[in-house]
Amino acid sequence: MFLINCPFCGERDQSEFSSGGEAHIVRPKQPTELSDDEWAEYLFMRKNIKGIQFERWNHVHGCRKWFNVVRDTSNDKILSVYKMGEKPPVNYK
Amino acid sequence: MKNKYSVFSLIKNALSQHENWQQAWGNPEPKKEYDAIIVGGGGHGLATAYYLAKKHNLKNIAVLEKGWIGGGNTGRNTTIIRSNYLWDASAGLYDHALKLWENLSQELNYNVMFSQRGVMNLAHNLQDVRDLKRRTHANRLNGIDAVWLNTEEVKKFCPIINTSPDIRYPVLGGTLQRRAGTARHDAVAWGYARGASDMGVDIIQNCEVKGIKRNGDKVEGLETTKGFIKTNKIGVVAAGHSSVIANMAGLKLPLESKPLQALVSEPVKPIIDTVVMSNAVHAYVSQSDKGELVIGAGTDSYVSYTQRGSHNIVEGTLKAILELYPIFSRMKMLRQWGGIVDICPDASPIISKTNIKGLYFNCGWGTGGFKATPGSGDLFAHTIANDEPHKLNAAFNLNRFVSGDLVDEHGAAAVAH
Repeated sequence: MFLINCPFCGERDQSEFSSGGEAHIVRPKQPTELSDDEWAEYLFMRKNIKGIQFERWNHVHGCRKWFNVVRDTSNDKILSVYKMGEKPPVNYK
Repeated sequence: MKNKYSVFSLIKNALSQHENWQQAWGNPEPKKEYDAIIVGGGGHGLATAYYLAKKHNLKNIAVLEKGWIGGGNTGRNTTIIRSNYLWDASAGLYDHALKLWENLSQELNYNVMFSQRGVMNLAHNLQDVRDLKRRTHANRLNGIDAVWLNTEEVKKFCPIINTSPDIRYPVLGGTLQRRAGTARHDAVAWGYARGASDMGVDIIQNCEVKGIKRNGDKVEGLETTKGFIKTNKIGVVAAGHSSVIANMAGLKLPLESKPLQALVSEPVKPIIDTVVMSNAVHAYVSQSDKGELVIGAGTDSYVSYTQRGSHNIVEGTLKAILELYPIFSRMKMLRQWGGIVDICPDASPIISKTNIKGLYFNCGWGTGGFKATPGSGDLFAHTIANDEPHKLNAAFNLNRFVSGDLVDEHGAAAVAH
């Protein structure tokens, strides 16, 4: 349980948000060209990182907007929040 | 078995004030090389080692555990055992495990306190009713005992349930598997550890895997906190940390690790003699032999390795518990904890070879792995020993995420997610 600083509404309880999982998984530009392996990679395979993870969240019980979060999954500390379309911060790897 | 437990050994040891019981499993330092290494000393890992030694005659094996055996999800679950899954592949897998449970105490000469007190799954809306009835039919076609109970029969089977039609999620009926039940979770890990150790398996605790050494497309050994150990067969049974280990081999798995919570109340006199699961409202309750109510909640929606979980999840579960069992309104909860569960997109496990030779994964059990412990160990041992899956776990391969042949148990199988 933690607080998330929504870029549109400010700091709110995590229970107001819904997790959208790993961020920056690019939707295939030409789906018809994809092999089964590439589909599996896109649909199912996840980094599931223990440590610093880039992820998407939706303020579902608030402004209902999507945004990105950098969070350490080993202690749930949020390191950075940035809007959709913005470049991810480079100081976390 | 070197030191067989029996009523005579109990009497003998009672006469010496119980001071001469021997250690149940060894505490060796790792050898330089093993024929196979199991990563993860939980129930599934220890069971795998046990069956590798017992059925496949592989004696030079080790189980590496970064903490203490049974200290992860084996010691953190709500101990529910059942096999009433919808799909044929799942029914085969989980009923295989249930049949092994039925004889496990005798097999291990260790009381795992398996209690077939029945598991009842409640239906709270019309779709639940249709789904659960469909599942009972599917179960019976697969030879698994299952019956549908209407609301009155539910009340008769478990009288403390509030079956008033006026509650937010009224009880419209339920399914019952009488062969299902609970077991003592620690005893399962300890029993398998003792049995495996007896056959020469090295159980090495406080030994964390730091890296997997590969030579091209095959494994050569493990870097650990106790040095490098050579082996050409590695079976990974690391539950929530499976992706972390996979990453060491340059492999990505279709898993997300999330905290799943449970809690126990103060101990009280016997009040509920079965297990009641209620998936729609995420509330599971049974009573331990000590008298504590054992309550299972849901998972958090986000990836986390914190073994804590969010307060709102517990709050939601307790609200549901209170509505279904008003008699518990003054119970105090003693302890709450979280375990990290590795969830597959289709809510079914992976017991599989990988594209790296000698590297095997047994993971993705998500929120319901405890029930499968003996079957999972047996089938994973078969897969490692023969480099081929058993027919019961063939469907649970890693390649199903490429082929699309998923075993989609999400919501379909009274599974809690």
